[in-house]
Amino acid sequence: MVVVDARGSYCPGPLMEMIKTIKQVEVGETIEVLSSDESSAKDIPEWVKKAGHELVEVKKEDDYWRIVVKKLK
Amino acid sequence: MKSIVIVGGGVAGTITANYLAMRLKDEIRSGDVKVTLISDREKQLYEPGLLYLIFNRFEEEDILRDVKYLLDPQVELKIVRATRIDAESSKIDLEDGSKVEYDYLVIATGSRVVPEDVPGLVESGHWFYNLEGARRLREGLAKFRKGKILVSVMGIPHKCPVAPIEVTFLLHDFYKIHGVRKNVEILYTYPINKVFTMNNVSELVEEMFRERNIGYKTFFNPLEVDAERRVVVTLEGEEEPFDLLIAIPPHKGSQVIIDSGLGDRDGWVPTDRYTLKAEGYDNIYVVGDATNLPVSKAGSVAHFEAEVVAENIAAEVKGLPPTARYFGKAMCFIETGFDQATYIWFDYETPPKPVKPNKFIHWMKIAYNRMYWLTARGIL
Ligand SMILES: Cc1cc2nc3c(=O)[nH]c(=O)nc-3n(C[C@H](O)[C@H](O)[C@H](O)COP(=O)(O)OP(=O)(O)OC[C@H]3O[C@@H](n4cnc5c(N)ncnc54)[C@H](O)[C@@H]3O)c2cc1C
Repeated sequence: MVVVDARGSYCPGPLMEMIKTIKQVEVGETIEVLSSDESSAKDIPEWVKKAGHELVEVKKEDDYWRIVVKKLK
Repeated sequence: MKSIVIVGGGVAGTITANYLAMRLKDEIRSGDVKVTLISDREKQLYEPGLLYLIFNRFEEEDILRDVKYLLDPQVELKIVRATRIDAESSKIDLEDGSKVEYDYLVIATGSRVVPEDVPGLVESGHWFYNLEGARRLREGLAKFRKGKILVSVMGIPHKCPVAPIEVTFLLHDFYKIHGVRKNVEILYTYPINKVFTMNNVSELVEEMFRERNIGYKTFFNPLEVDAERRVVVTLEGEEEPFDLLIAIPPHKGSQVIIDSGLGDRDGWVPTDRYTLKAEGYDNIYVVGDATNLPVSKAGSVAHFEAEVVAENIAAEVKGLPPTARYFGKAMCFIETGFDQATYIWFDYETPPKPVKPNKFIHWMKIAYNRMYWLTARGIL
C-alpha cells in the first residue's frame, strides 16, 4: 500500500497528489490518501468513479479523512 | 559582516533584494551587511506579458529588462547559476566553481514548465508559459483559421492559476475580430471537477464560457499526446482530438532545489505558511513560486511575501523582533476579453469574490503591465 499524506494541503492538493501517485503505481496497487481537507472526501471518490478505479474505503479519523483507492487499469 | 544571499532574479528575488537594500541602507553603507543576488539570467522576463505577446499585442522588448537595472545599486549581482545549496554549512556552489557563504538565504528560484514530462507534447503541442513557447504560438495562432483549439491544463499547481482561463477568453475575441470565430471550436480542459480551484470563480467562468460557446471538460488529466493521430489521451480513459493544442504543461521547482535535497517530489520547498521560513531551517526563507504553499504561484503573491521576508530579515539583522507574518494574500486580474476584465483578492481565510467584468479593470491591468517595472524596483 502506498500512503499519500496530504494533510495540511487544501483543495485541489490532495486530489492532485493522488492522481500523480496513481500514474506511477502498478495496476492492483492500493493507495491510501490522508487529507485534512473535507472536500477531498467528496472529490476523490467522484474522480475515482469517473476514472474507473475502485474506492475501497472513506473513513473519518479524528481530524482527517482516510481514503483508500485501488488502481484497476 | 552579515551576508544575505538571494538566489533567483525573478519577481520574488528582485523585490526582496530591493526591500532589503532600502531597510538596511545604513548597515550596507557601513559594511556591516552585504546583500548579494544570484541570477542565472541577465534579463528578467515579465511573464504576464506572454499572454499578450502571443496575440502580438506586446513585443519582447516590452517584457524583458536587465536585472542589473532593476536592482538597487547597493545589491551585488552575480550572473551565474547556483548548482547546489548546502543548507547544513550555509554555503552555495556556483557554476563557475566559486562558493558563496550566507548568514541568511532567500530562495527565490521560482518554477518552470516541464512539457517533456508529457510524452508527445513537445512534438505536437504549444504553450505560452515561457518565451520560446510563446514565440512559436504567436506564429501558430496567426496562421490558424479553422478547426479545433484545445486549451488543456496538464497539472496543478502551475503559474498564474487564471492565465489558462484568460487565454481562452482572448482566443474567442481574437478569432471574432478576425471574422472566423464560427470556424474555430474552442475547448478548455481542467484536471479537477470544476474549471477552476475556487468555487465562485468557477461559477462565473463556466457561465461566461457557455455565453461565448466555449466548450469545457473537467476531471481531464492528460497522460500523453498522440502526435500522429493528434489526440490527447487522458488518465480517465478519454481521447480528445485537436488541430491546435495549447497546453499548460506540468510545472516543477528549480533543478538546484531538487539537486540540493531541499524540495518535495516536484521540487517545491516545504515552507512555513506564516513565517515563510524553509521548514527545519532558521536562516532560510522562501519566496514566490518556489514554495510548496497552497497559494497561487503569482507575481502578486511573490510581491506580498517579499515584504514579509525583507521586514523579518532586516529586523533580525538589527536585533529587533521579526514579527511580520504572511497571511496568504493574493491578487489576480482576470482578462475576460480584449476590452474587459475582473479581479480577485483572497487570503488563507477569505475566498475571492469576483466583480462583474468591466472595461475599467481591463485598463487597470493594461496600465499595470507597464508599471510592473516599478514594482520590481521596490517602488510600487
Ligand atoms: C503566462 C503567464 C501569465 C502570468 N500572469 C500573471 C498575472 O497576471 N499576475 C500575477 O500575479 N502573476 C502572473 N504570472 C505568474 C508570475 O509570473 C510568477 O508567479 C512569478 O514570475 C514568480 O516569480 P518568482 O520570482 O517566484 O519566480 P520566477 O519568475 O520563475 O523567477 C525565478 C528566477 O530564478 C532563476 N533561477 C532558478 N534557478 C536558479 C539557480 N539555480 N541559480 C540562479 N538563478 C536561478 C530563474 O532563472 C528565474 O529568473 C503569470 C505567469 C505566466 C507564465
